[in-house]
Amino acid sequence: MSRWVAHLHRLSGIALSLFLPLHFWALGNALQLDSFLAWTEQPLVKLGEWAIVLALAAHLGGGLRVLAIEFLDWHEWQKSLAAVAAAVTLAVGLAFALAL
Amino acid sequence: MIQTTLWLAQRVTAAVLAVCVFVHLATIIYAVQGGLTAAEILGRTRGNAAWLAFYSVFVVAAAIHAPIGLRPVLGEWLRWRGPSRELALGLFAMILLFLGMRAVLAVFA
Amino acid sequence: MATTFTMRVFRGGPEAGDFKEYRVEGGEGMVVLDVIHRIQATQAQDLACRWNCKAGKCGSCSAEINGKPRLMCMTRMDTFKEGEPISVAPIRTFPIIRDLVTDMREFFDKWARAQGQFKGARTKADDFERVVPESPERKAVDAGIECIGCAVCYSACHVVAANPAYLGPAALNRAWTLVKDTRETKNPERLRAVAGDAGCHACHTHMDCTERCPKRLSPTAAIAGLKRATARAALKGDL
Repeated sequence: MSRWVAHLHRLSGIALSLFLPLHFWALGNALQLDSFLAWTEQPLVKLGEWAIVLALAAHLGGGLRVLAIEFLDWHEWQKSLAAVAAAVTLAVGLAFALAL
Repeated sequence: MIQTTLWLAQRVTAAVLAVCVFVHLATIIYAVQGGLTAAEILGRTRGNAAWLAFYSVFVVAAAIHAPIGLRPVLGEWLRWRGPSRELALGLFAMILLFLGMRAVLAVFA
Repeated sequence: MATTFTMRVFRGGPEAGDFKEYRVEGGEGMVVLDVIHRIQATQAQDLACRWNCKAGKCGSCSAEINGKPRLMCMTRMDTFKEGEPISVAPIRTFPIIRDLVTDMREFFDKWARAQGQFKGARTKADDFERVVPESPERKAVDAGIECIGCAVCYSACHVVAANPAYLGPAALNRAWTLVKDTRETKNPERLRAVAGDAGCHACHTHMDCTERCPKRLSPTAAIAGLKRATARAALKGDL
């Protein structure tokens, strides 16, 4: 389980690294924000937004797991952090899907 | 020594980003309610010093965290190691910092 | 109560090799190592395999059983589904010498590179140094001291496969037990040896090592400890 959360952590990190420059660039063009916002209404873009939020949640969940393992003394329950990370990811993904 | 410093910077910015992301996600989910227009957004954000400070911290933390995170990915998956990798990552950090602060100023200044 | 086991055992060398099927009459309580011995005795006297204690203490009989690195002497045959063929291969990450025997020199070289040897300050002429068993330091050492050097963790680790220089979970676990040993004198040097791209900072907490260790150790915990210790040393200017 830990291995899959670690892979997801890495893949979501890569996705976020690719997304972030685009995100910054779009926001930096604030004067054209309305036309950009219109573009974001498209269903494919909405799906992309949801995927980004999911990636963010996955990366955050996986990251908190890494921080817990690296900074706290070893406890048996740390092995279950992978499951917790996955659960948090799904929860946030669901919440955002409902809000969309 | 260098890798230890990178590791530490990565974990510290991770903790900072964890907080920033929670705030950001909550804000966005709230702001998305009832539709978005540029005027609505910019009306709320322009001239707001507190949010400017917050997002500046967010951008700096992300500009440090992302390249350090990509470093082992490049090393392990692309077998890319050595000074050229470090240079490329440094460049990426600069790009994130520049684009990020440009966005922060456009939205909040 | 006799059963017939179907075994697919790797036969071959560094250049070429393949899985060969053997059908073996088995009995209750057998472990994989017993079956390998029976193959050696009755069907293939030239089947090469390392083993010694058959009690999970020496670390010699590591193999990949159904794709997972384990000790052959600690893997009971009755844990497998009846009738299903069981594959036995040499553990990956090491060059194959022959059949199930691999060249493990790199494993032990890395152990040495991680400063895995104890160096105390006292000699036979001095009085014993007092180690408090219940102290947090000694408890940390005890948690990792039972390593038998079987290399199961090393062959399970994804980073070992992706990063040839990586010292690996076993070497780093041993280094950690020495970092926490209050009698140790070489720790500043040791922390320098385990920091960096080949050391503890290459670990991505996949935890395959902790999952597969036959002695139920947690190299992940030890490596996390090394990350903290090296960071602390770096902040103090001691690294």
